[in-house]
Amino acid sequence: MNVITPTPDVPTAAPAVAVRMVDISKRFGPVLANGDVNLRVLSGTVHGLVGENGAGKSTLMSVLYGFYAADSGSIEVFGKPARIRNAHEAIALGLGMVHQHFMLVDTLSAIENVMLGAEPHVLLRRADALVRARLDELMASTGLHVKLDALVGDLSVGDRQRLEILKALYRGARILILDEPTAVLTPQETEQLFAVLARLREQGTTIVLITHKLKEVMRLCDHVTVMRGGRVVHESAIAQSSIAQLAEAMVGRKVNMGRQGDAPAAVGDVVLQAQGLALRDAMKVTRLHGLDLTLRAGEIVGVAGVAGNGQSELLELLSGLRAPDAGRLQLGAESFEVGHWLDPRTARRLGLAHVPEDRHARAMVMDFAAWESAVLGYEAQPAYSRGGWMRHGRMREATAALMERFDVRPRDVSLGSAKFSGGNQQKLVLAREIGQSPRVLLVGQPTRGVDIGAIEFIHAQLRALRDAGCALLVVSSELDEILALADRVLVMNDGRITGELPINECTEARIGLLMVQEEAAA
Amino acid sequence: MSSPQALPRWADVFLMPVLNLAIAMAAAAVVVLFVGQNPREVMAVLVHGAFGTARGLSYTLYYATSFIFTGLAVAVAFHGGLFNIGAEGQATLGGLGTGLVAMWLSQRLPAPILLPLMLLGGALFGMAWAAVPAYLQAYRGSHVVITTIMFNFLASTLLVYLLVNHLKQAGGMAIESAPFGPAAHLPGMHEALAWLGIEWPSSPLNISLFLALLAAVGVYALLWHSRAGYRLRAVGSSEGAAAYAGINPKHQVIIAMGLSGALAGMVGMNEIAGVNGKLLLDFVGGAGFTGIAAAVMGRNHPFGIVMASVLFGALFQGGAEVSFEVPGFSRDMVVMLQGFIVLFSGAMAYVIAPWVSRVIQWFGRRSRTARDGDPVKLPEATHG
Repeated sequence: MNVITPTPDVPTAAPAVAVRMVDISKRFGPVLANGDVNLRVLSGTVHGLVGENGAGKSTLMSVLYGFYAADSGSIEVFGKPARIRNAHEAIALGLGMVHQHFMLVDTLSAIENVMLGAEPHVLLRRADALVRARLDELMASTGLHVKLDALVGDLSVGDRQRLEILKALYRGARILILDEPTAVLTPQETEQLFAVLARLREQGTTIVLITHKLKEVMRLCDHVTVMRGGRVVHESAIAQSSIAQLAEAMVGRKVNMGRQGDAPAAVGDVVLQAQGLALRDAMKVTRLHGLDLTLRAGEIVGVAGVAGNGQSELLELLSGLRAPDAGRLQLGAESFEVGHWLDPRTARRLGLAHVPEDRHARAMVMDFAAWESAVLGYEAQPAYSRGGWMRHGRMREATAALMERFDVRPRDVSLGSAKFSGGNQQKLVLAREIGQSPRVLLVGQPTRGVDIGAIEFIHAQLRALRDAGCALLVVSSELDEILALADRVLVMNDGRITGELPINECTEARIGLLMVQEEAAA
Repeated sequence: MSSPQALPRWADVFLMPVLNLAIAMAAAAVVVLFVGQNPREVMAVLVHGAFGTARGLSYTLYYATSFIFTGLAVAVAFHGGLFNIGAEGQATLGGLGTGLVAMWLSQRLPAPILLPLMLLGGALFGMAWAAVPAYLQAYRGSHVVITTIMFNFLASTLLVYLLVNHLKQAGGMAIESAPFGPAAHLPGMHEALAWLGIEWPSSPLNISLFLALLAAVGVYALLWHSRAGYRLRAVGSSEGAAAYAGINPKHQVIIAMGLSGALAGMVGMNEIAGVNGKLLLDFVGGAGFTGIAAAVMGRNHPFGIVMASVLFGALFQGGAEVSFEVPGFSRDMVVMLQGFIVLFSGAMAYVIAPWVSRVIQWFGRRSRTARDGDPVKLPEATHG
C-alpha cells in the first residue's frame, strides 16, 4: 500500500470531504477571531485559505489543530465527528501542520528532528534504521529530498521546509496544513515546492494552503475560501474566480495593486554614496563583501533577495545602527569612514530617515502609547521637548495630525503601540519618518505583515515621496513589491550585489536567477 | 508581565492589588487559626497598633519612609530594564556618606548648610556604589542582578571594617561612631510640629518623610515628563528601538542605576541623620529588600510605591504590637504575613487575573445586553 494515500475507503468518483468545520466561533476577550465559520475541504484537493492579517485564518487552523478550543461549532475529519483537544489528537486523525516559523531543533540532525517525539524504538540505533527506511520510501515517492544526516542549522530554508513536510507525512498526515509556506522562499524554491505539492495531491493528500498571495492561490489551488474580519466572505472553485475578485473579497473594496505609472525619466543628484561596505559578524562570518551603492534624489531603488543575504546588515550600516569593518559613506555634504561612522542621531540630522524592517523590536516601543512612539528618535526636537521636559500636548497634537494624514486606525493617540494592527503600526512609523520630509528614506520590508488595503496606501505614499524628490532605498523579500515600487533594482545574494537592473528589464525569472547567483553578473 | 486577557485599567491598577491583599490576608488568617489564635482579634490589634494611635502611626510612617526611598530606587532601575537587588547595599553606603559628612563637618557648619550636604553625601555614595555594577553590566556583560547581590555583602563588610578599624568612638565598647554634633540632626516630626504649635508624641518619625514624598513626585516627573525619563523607559522597554532612536543603551544603564543608587542612598537621611545621630551597624535593617516588595506591589509607580510602603510600614509596626499584645504570637507570624503579601501581590500578582477578567466581562456583557438586547458588536481584530 502506498503510504501517502491510505484512504481506500474514499470512493474516487464522488470527492469525499476531508475536513468539515461547521459554525466555528472563537472569541479572544473582546475580539471575535472566528464568527460562525464554515469550511469544507474536499479530499485530494488543494484548498486555499486566504485573508488579511487578523482575518482569522490562523485561528481557524489552530482550532482544527487543537491549539485552541472553539467556543462553539463542530469539526468532522473524513466524515467522522472529531473533538480535537491537542496536537497529538490532530496528528492521530491524520492532520499535519507546517508552521510559518519552523518547529525544528537546529542542533539536531534532520532525521533526529523527524524522530523527535515519535521514536519507533527505545534503542536509538534501531529507531534510526526504521525511520530512515520509511523516510527513503517517502522521499522517493514524493520528490522531497533532504540530507538526513545534516544538522538542521546547516540546512537552507527550503530544505527545512521540505523536512517539515516530510516530518508531517512521516507521522501519517493525510491532510497537510501549510501556513504561508512561500514567505521565505526564492521564486525557484517556490516552483519546487509547488511541484511537490501537486505531486502530493495526485497521490491523494489533501492540502490546506494558508496564504495572502493570490497569484499562488490561482496557480495551485482547486478551491478557495476567503476570510475577512473573522468570517467567511467568499468561497468558490478556483476556476470560477479571479485575482481581482479574491482581492476585493479580502479587503472589502476594490484594490489597485501592481505598478502605477512609469519610472521617472530623469533623476536628480547623488545624495548617498557608499563604497566598499564590508561587515563581519561576531562569529567572524562575512556578512557583506564590499558593497557599492548610489542613491539619487527622486528614485526608488529596490533591493531584492532572499531574506538573510545581507539586506538587514546593509540597512543597519546605512542608518548608523552599526559600523562596518571597511568602507566609506558619503551622505549629503558629509563623509564617513571606519572609526568615524554615522550614528542614528547624525543620520536624522542629515535628513536620513529609516523605517526599520523589524517593527516590533526597533520601529516602536511597544509598551509606549502611540503619542510616545510617534516621536521616537525625534524626541529632542524643540517641537516635542523644551528644557529637558517633554511637551505632552504638542506630542499628542502632532500624533493626531500624523494619524489623520496617514489614515492610522483607530485614531486614538493614547492607545498602546502594540494594540494597533501591523498595517496601522507601519503607517504610523511611516508617518513619523515621512513627516520629517527626509532627503533619504531607507525602508526595510515596507509591507511585511500589512494588509492589502494598507499596502496600496503605503506604496502610494512612497511614490509620492519619490516624486517630491526624496531618494528611497526599499528592501523587500517580496518580489512583487520590488517590481511594483522600484525604479532600479539591486539583487543581493550572500552579502554581494549580484546584479543591477532598470525596472523595465526586470522579470521574475531574471531576478530569481540573480538571487541565487554566487558572483556579480558580468 | 501582562495578563493574557487584558483587564480594564481601573481593575488592573486598583482592584487587583486590593484583591491580592485580601487573599494574602485570608491565607494568613488560616495560619493564625491553625496556631489557635483568633484572626479577627490579631487583625484588630495589628491595625490599631499601626494606625490607632498617633505614636503607632508615627512609627508606621517612619518605617515607610525608608521603604519609599528603596522602593523608588528599585522602580527607577526597573523602568530602565534593570532589576536592582542592591538597594540594601546602596542604602548602607548612602548612610556611610551621610555619616561621614556629619562626622567631618557637624562641629563647623550650621544645620541649613550641613543637612543638604549630608543628603548629597548619601546620594553620591549610593550612586557610586550602584555605578560599579552598572558599568559591569553595560560594558562587561556581568548581570546586574548577580553583581548587586554581591555588592550588598561587600557594603555590609565595608561598613563593619570602617567602623571597627577607623570610625569607632575611641574608648567606646559599641561598634559605632561618636555622636554627631547637633547641627547634623534632622528634626523629628514631633519637633517640627511643635514649632507649628501642634502637640505630637515623640517618635523616630522625622521630616525625611517629606523628602521621600518629594522624591516620589520627582521620580514621577522624571519618568513620565522629562526627556531623560522618556529615553530611560525607551531603553527599558525595547533596547532595539532605543538604539534605533539614537539612544545609547549603555549610557542609560549607568544613568538608571546611578539614579537608583542615589535614591537608595537617601535612606541615610532617615536612619542616620533623623534617628540615630551617629554611624552604626545594620541601620538599613532590610529596607532594601522590603523596597523590592514595595516596588513590585506598587507596580513601579511612585504613587503605588508610597501606598505599598505605608502598608509594609504598618505591618512592621502593627506586627511588633501584635507580638507584644497577643501571648504566644511571635514576630515570625508577622514575617509570615509579609511573605504572603509579597507572594500574592508580587510573585503571583496575575494569577487571579483571568477569573477577574471573566467576571468583569460577564458583568459588562450582561449590562450591555440588557441595554440594547443584542450581543455586543466588537471591534475587529487589532492584533497584527
